[in-house]
Amino acid sequence: MPHDHHEPLSPSGHPYRADDDRDLTYWQVMEIAVRELLIEKGHVSATQIQDQINTMDARSPANGARLVAKAWTDPAFKYALIEDASQASREMGFDIGPMHLIALENTEKVHNVIVCTLCSCYPRNLLGLPPDWYKSRAYRSRAVVEPRKVLSEFGLEFNQKIQIRVHDSTADMRYIILPYQPAESVGLSEAELANWVTRDSMIGVGLPRPPA
Amino acid sequence: MGGDPAGKIDHEQHDFALWEKRVDALLVISSSAGLMNTDSLRRVLEDMGEETYENMSYYERWISSICQNMIEVGAFSTLELATKMEIIKSRGATYGDAS
Repeated sequence: MPHDHHEPLSPSGHPYRADDDRDLTYWQVMEIAVRELLIEKGHVSATQIQDQINTMDARSPANGARLVAKAWTDPAFKYALIEDASQASREMGFDIGPMHLIALENTEKVHNVIVCTLCSCYPRNLLGLPPDWYKSRAYRSRAVVEPRKVLSEFGLEFNQKIQIRVHDSTADMRYIILPYQPAESVGLSEAELANWVTRDSMIGVGLPRPPA
Repeated sequence: MGGDPAGKIDHEQHDFALWEKRVDALLVISSSAGLMNTDSLRRVLEDMGEETYENMSYYERWISSICQNMIEVGAFSTLELATKMEIIKSRGATYGDAS
């Protein structure tokens, strides 16, 4: 989404963070120092670091969307996902490491939302790195006490009859939301459905919607 | 933090800078090398206190914690760190020059 900025925007329409064309900060010096010392001491290699960045860059909410679309179209897979989301994700070919993942199903009556009040735990293997707001003090503080108000700031208003459940992630246990499938999308193919699944719908602060 | 009063959600999004991605990668790799883990990352973050949370950015806090962890496990010494940081600063005025 484009923002009103005077700084140059990246291809995704976001301003760049201060990077390698600004004055060097103390913490950037520390990053370079830690990295070089770990390489010199043989704890890590430069290739490992670059490979990890490439892996991270390749992850996007499209991975999670494929998982959700499959769950919407394949009841056996959905059952397996709810039973053991880590294993079901691995069976779809996603590298999720040792992470313990739980899929939470949104229904007509229950809407689930995820947060990490301690830091920023997030199903990053399936969704990529968390958005800035997910890591913000405002979201982390308020999501657990006034979720309806927080959701309204994302444009979501729920009837009082719908129960809102907030799930607090930990380092060892993370959640992904299985959004409630919109009625008008029933019957579409798995590939078409994946385009309905947004990142925010898998965090619980959005709903699936027709592709633009 | 969970449950505390706080302001409106800011939806502004930034792309990650290279140095931030490298910090992230350093945590993942040093964790898989058995030098630290998420709990040890968080222990140092929590020791930093409220003020640090306000004054440092997300990945600034992370590199500070990773660095502290590496010193604690003996991956390098404080003297080696200080020497290395001086050398890096002398390379140039920008991240691009220094890295």
